[in-house]
Amino acid sequence: MTLLARYLVLVAATLAVAGVAVAMPSVGLGPRQPTNWSAITTFIFFVGATLWMTRLATARSRSSADFYSPGGGISGFQNGLAIAGDYMSAASFLGISGLVFVSGFDGLIFSIGWLVGWPVITFLMAERLRNLGKFTFADVAAYRFSQKPVRSLAALGSLLVVLFYLIAQMVGAGQLVKILFGLEYAYAVIMVGIVMMMYVLLGGMTSTTWVMINKAVLLLAGTTLMALAVLFSVGFNPDALFSRATDLHVLKDALMAPGGLIKDPVSAVSVGLALMFGTAGLPHILMRFFTVANAREARKSVAWATLWIGYFYVLTFIIGFGAIVSLVANPGPYFIGGKVANGLQGGANMAAIHLASALGGDLFLGFIAAVAFTTILAVVAGLTLSGASAVSHDLYATVLRKGAATSEEERRVSKLTTFSLGLVAVVLGIVFEHQNVAFMVMLAFSIACSANFPVLFMAVLWRDCTTRGATIGGFLGLFSALLLTVLSPVVWESVLGNPAGSALFPYASPAIVSMPLAFLAIWGISLLDRSPQACRERALFQDQLIRSETGIGASAPRSH
Amino acid sequence: MQKHAASCVHIRENPRFQALVRKRNRFAFSLAALVVIAYFSFILLVAFRPDWIATPVFAGMTVTIGVPLGLSIIVLTVGLTAIYVRRANREFDEESMEIRRQALK
Repeated sequence: MTLLARYLVLVAATLAVAGVAVAMPSVGLGPRQPTNWSAITTFIFFVGATLWMTRLATARSRSSADFYSPGGGISGFQNGLAIAGDYMSAASFLGISGLVFVSGFDGLIFSIGWLVGWPVITFLMAERLRNLGKFTFADVAAYRFSQKPVRSLAALGSLLVVLFYLIAQMVGAGQLVKILFGLEYAYAVIMVGIVMMMYVLLGGMTSTTWVMINKAVLLLAGTTLMALAVLFSVGFNPDALFSRATDLHVLKDALMAPGGLIKDPVSAVSVGLALMFGTAGLPHILMRFFTVANAREARKSVAWATLWIGYFYVLTFIIGFGAIVSLVANPGPYFIGGKVANGLQGGANMAAIHLASALGGDLFLGFIAAVAFTTILAVVAGLTLSGASAVSHDLYATVLRKGAATSEEERRVSKLTTFSLGLVAVVLGIVFEHQNVAFMVMLAFSIACSANFPVLFMAVLWRDCTTRGATIGGFLGLFSALLLTVLSPVVWESVLGNPAGSALFPYASPAIVSMPLAFLAIWGISLLDRSPQACRERALFQDQLIRSETGIGASAPRSH
Repeated sequence: MQKHAASCVHIRENPRFQALVRKRNRFAFSLAALVVIAYFSFILLVAFRPDWIATPVFAGMTVTIGVPLGLSIIVLTVGLTAIYVRRANREFDEESMEIRRQALK
């Protein structure tokens, strides 16, 4: 292991040097930016500092006995930050502030969708997950069911969600690093892949949790500073901010009105369903409930996470408007050719980054860029870790080895999967450079809300649910979500190049069909299931209910 | 394990346990329904009455009704979560501890 670690560090260092060397002669060429050395120095300083802090925290937790002992775990407050860190990706920071910058009020509508899934997790999932699960949400879904089919379904659902989410993050990361530092796109993606693997392989869950906490604090601090600076510039009068923005923006008063985001109510409801219930089916989020001591801390952590995420979206809204006011008023350095009509350098997603430079110069730019980059790394690491758990714990240890695998073997498979997932993500990240990857995030949420969430929900809350119902219903949800996404305009027309209007499924998200389909199938097939096994599973519901409600027999918190 | 099984039988027959499950489910599902209704009403308002969403809060202001409405959904989300966690950590946990104590006696 140490050999592999040393090798990875060496490769990373070489690539970083090579990347900078490649970047140097390209100053001022093509779509890449000239290399900004003071920003890069601040950037390297902050990334180094987070890595160092993470190491320190991990080392302290190793020596502190209560971390590994049952009843220990991290506190609800810390875990809340970690969950928020897992969820507040660079895509939501840069993407939503960029959307506000381009279309104003629509950005707020969009960000609310990303928040409303959290109460659903709090009210219906968090404590039950903690009481029934150990490593992955499949532990919970398969608690009283036949392990093989339900775990296979849960693992497949997890892997697909992780993979699509991961590709989208990788492409975003490559473009961000390319624009910020003038690095070649492919080098940027490879660098992200290697650093991410280092986080996961060297530190595992504990270290990834501390990366999340650090990065959540940095991101919240950075965005708070930016929003305060914006509000300060308008004398803390929000209406002055909005009126100045509508004066400057090309949309004028329409900036404060609903625009193109919700044209078609059916698509809007479908996307809303996917975001709301998909959040409660994201494997990397659900996994975070197993690191706390008990249901009480699980509840607290999700309440803190909801607060931080809600606060964060309010800040991105202010930052988006701040970007309009600061950048459009002084277009020279930020827009292509110095003209607003040509668009922002690096695209609308760079609005928050340019605003940082406008507010605080290269130093603040480097800080915000480092925060954005750590965010990408942390989110990618968390995703990979949950994908690796699904393979090692669900597929390998339970389905393949039927529980006979030692934890050493399980860990080896987990490391191997991390490596393979990292490799696949890097390769696909490079392949999809010029593709529209926004649909992949929607696909991840659609699968989560059509396969993972219905199975979890019905298994935990409905007595009559059976293995047969959960498995068939879950697979139906999963495949219908996939199929309808392929047949939707964004994939069928934009990605596959078929003529406009030829898409068979006209809506932006399959959730409005695939989620009810999964629930109906689980319900109907379970009711029709009169096998002796089904009777046994129904009889086990009372015991499951007692454990999920009281925590009797619940596992110790996960620590590795 | 034996002890667990025995306490499970005890809890299953304890009417207080069934009452707690019912109470908690009723509370959790009502709050969840509230969030679902609030969010989808907002989405449908935006879809069908964009003109109303786009009217200024007060005449002469730039801020439109949509902004405080959207922000209030964020506040509602955070607030209801806090309310649930508060009640669960006090009332429900105490009740559940009491049931556990009775079972382990």
